[in-house]
This record gives sequence, C-alpha cells and structure tokens, in this order.
Amino acid sequence: MWTFVHKLGSPKWSYAICGRLQPFFWVAALILLPIGTVWSLAISPPDYQMGDSYRIIYVHVPSAILAQSVFVAMALASAVFLIWKIKVADMAASVMAPFGAAMTALGLFSGSLWGVPTWGTWWTWDARLTSMLIQLFLYIGVIALRGAFGRGDQGAKAVAVLTLVGVVNIPIIKYSVVWWNTLHQPATFSLTERPAMPASMWMPLLVMVLGFYALFIALTLYRLRNELIRRESRARWVQALAD
Amino acid sequence: MSANSGGSTTGRGEEIGLWAGCVAQVRRELKIARRRGGDLVNPLMFLALVVVLFPLGISPEPDLLASVAPGLLWVAALLAMLLSLDGLFRGDHEDGSLEQMLLSPLPLPVLCLAKVVVHWLLTGLPLALCAPLLGVLLALPGAGYLALMLSLALGTATLSLIGAIGAALTVGLPRGGVLLSLLVLPLYIPVLIFGAGAVKAAIEGGMAGPALALLGALLALALAAAPFAIAGGLRISVNG
Repeated sequence: MWTFVHKLGSPKWSYAICGRLQPFFWVAALILLPIGTVWSLAISPPDYQMGDSYRIIYVHVPSAILAQSVFVAMALASAVFLIWKIKVADMAASVMAPFGAAMTALGLFSGSLWGVPTWGTWWTWDARLTSMLIQLFLYIGVIALRGAFGRGDQGAKAVAVLTLVGVVNIPIIKYSVVWWNTLHQPATFSLTERPAMPASMWMPLLVMVLGFYALFIALTLYRLRNELIRRESRARWVQALAD
Repeated sequence: MSANSGGSTTGRGEEIGLWAGCVAQVRRELKIARRRGGDLVNPLMFLALVVVLFPLGISPEPDLLASVAPGLLWVAALLAMLLSLDGLFRGDHEDGSLEQMLLSPLPLPVLCLAKVVVHWLLTGLPLALCAPLLGVLLALPGAGYLALMLSLALGTATLSLIGAIGAALTVGLPRGGVLLSLLVLPLYIPVLIFGAGAVKAAIEGGMAGPALALLGALLALALAAAPFAIAGGLRISVNG
C-alpha cells in the first residue's frame, strides 16, 4: 500500500498509472453521458407542474455537484502538496481548476435559464445563487494567482494556501438552502433519504451525475499527463518518451 | 528606517518573551505609522469621497438615501479597507524587515497578528468612528448609528485578518494590487452581508444583535485561523 502511495509521488509512475486508468473513465463517460442524455431528454416523463422545462435539471444538478466536488478535490490535493511536498498533487490541483470553473459557470448559466420559466427571473440574490457566484470568483482567483506567479514552487504553494482558505465556502453553499429559507429548493440527492422524485426521473439524473464524474476524472488524468510532461520536460524518462 | 527599530530580537542572543515581542512589534508599527501620517488619513478620505459621490450620482432625495445608506456605507468602508491592504507588508518586504520577522525566534503567526491588530487600529477603527459622520450625509435614520459603529468595528477587524492573507500571498508579486482584490473580495462577502444586515435590522426596529453576534463569530474564526494562513503566505512569498 505505502509503496503504491510513494510511487504516485514520482512523476514517471503517475504518468504511467494515469495512462493505465484513463481508458476506463473515458469509456464510462462515453457510455454514461449519451445514455443519460437520451434517457433524460426523450424517455423520462415530463413534470406535472413544470412540463418539459424541468429537464434542465439533468445538466444543472450534475454541473453544480461537480463545481463543489472539484473544489474539494483541489483542496485535498493542495493539502497533500503542502504537507508531503508531492508535486504531482499540485499538478493535479492545477489541471482541475479550469474544469471546476467551467462547471460552476455552467451551473449558474443553466440555473438562470431554468429560473425564467419557474421563478420568472434570470437572477435573484438567493443564498445558494450568491454563494455559487462567490465560488466562481474563487475559482477565477485561484487560476489568476497561478497565472501571476507562473510555473514554479512559490506560485504552487501560494495557490495551495488560497485553495485551502477558499474551501470554507463549500459548507456555506451546501447548507445555504438549509440555513436560509430561500427560493432555491433543497438538495435533490442525499445519501440517507430516498429522492422525492419518481425513479423514472431520478435514475437518468443519477446516470448523468456519474457520467459527469467519469468525464471529470478522465479529463483530469488526460490533462495531468500533459502537465507532467510539460513540467518534467527535462527529465530522462520524458526525453526517452519523445525519442 | 532600520530593520531593527524596536524589533523583536535583541541581536545579542538574549531570550525575549512572547508578550514583550508582541508589544515591541506593535510599538514599531505605530512608530512607522506616526512618521507617515498620510497612511492614516487616506482610507478616511477615500471613504468620505466615495460617500459624497453617491448622493450626486443617484439622487439627493433623503428617503432614497436613507434606504441605501447602510449598504452604501459598508461597501465604501470595505473598499477603503481593501485599498489600505496593498501596503500592509510591502514596505517591510522592500526594506528587509519581513526577513527579520521570519528569522525571529518568536512564532510568526503571533507577529503577524500584532501587525494586523495595528492595521485595524489605524484603518478599521477610524473608519468605524468616522462612519456616523458620513451617515449624517446619507440621512441614515437615528436608530442605525450605534449598530453602524459596532458592526464596522467588529467587521473591519475580520476584513483586516482576511485581507492580510491575500496581502501576504501577493507581496512578492510586482503588481499584486488588482489580483489582491480578486482574491480577497469573494471572502469579504459574508462580512458585508452581516454587517449591512445589522444596520438595516437596527433601522427597521428589529434587533441588530443576531447579525452582530454572527459578525463576532466570523471574527473569532478569523482570529483563530487567519494568523497561520498569513504566516504561511509570508513564508511562501519570502522563501519561495
């Protein structure tokens, strides 16, 4: 077990492991996402109140879940980097950030599209929406700080500290719909209770969420490999790879 | 000024207590601030000018101004705090005092906390004391003044602590100013919400207590956690 963890710290090994794991997640994403899309858009029944407009949920909920999961994953990677000085962890955090920012933007955008038919407005200063917007700014701040420092150990550490500070926002987003009684509905999925929707509606949603996760992991592994080669371009194993 | 003016080590290898070190750090900061009086007045001038712009830009109507005054004063005070942050560690970084702080045998988070306390004494507290004056300009209803001062006094301390994290992370960058606001403003939003909320609650005849208690809770959290993040940021900026 420990040797495996130690090997992960070595760029050469993580490059190989990422390469080996990558196909599984690409296949999972390419199977789950088309199935989920067709199922949710064409097969699942329309809502008795919202009609067909509720189908935005199949993009909105997965992207919002990913927006938070990616930040937590970045914070974990940052902690690993700061504590054990494992550079691969920092590279992982750096390749995750743009995906997380895109998911946050997609969550906000799809939410505002959904807001027009259901709430009658594009935007409202609701607790969940505001905290999601803060999340987007945090992502942009993390990316901008890394850009300002350029590649290097100093910037990596600074970004890791900022990510760990920014993670306080995650519980605020998660519980904003519980603490403040606002317009946004409470969580769709929970580990302890059955969803309020019928199975014909939440099953495709579950497929979509899993598909988004698979896509996220596949993309992260793919981009991590690129980042490994870029940063270790002087290393012998990369030279050997190029030859 | 020399790096050691009232510094935290005696230079002769003598042990120096934590409390004595803190007091020395605070006195040094106050001495520097006294010699550069402008830094004390700048945030206040900024606050006054921003507040003057709004009646001219929106409308001088007292009813309208009274309804937006709590949020407006809070936003202006928050921006004034943000402006003062850029210089928090910059002078020390340029003249080498920051390295002395890092080398000192005293724990760095404590020294950072002393610096932040002085920053609050010289920006946050004056803002809180002068805000009622500007409240008069914005026709703030009478019930709001006490809540305005209390919320600003509590809230600006949190803003100083959070802002110092951003200042510590960007002190090594040539033009950190804009980046600093991008990093810090998202984290300022909860303070703004509860701060302006306390004033609004007081004006509407409700109780400002809950919002003030939440501001106090934010301050307690920031006091406990921020000095370590500030110290970490400074170590990264100086040592790489």
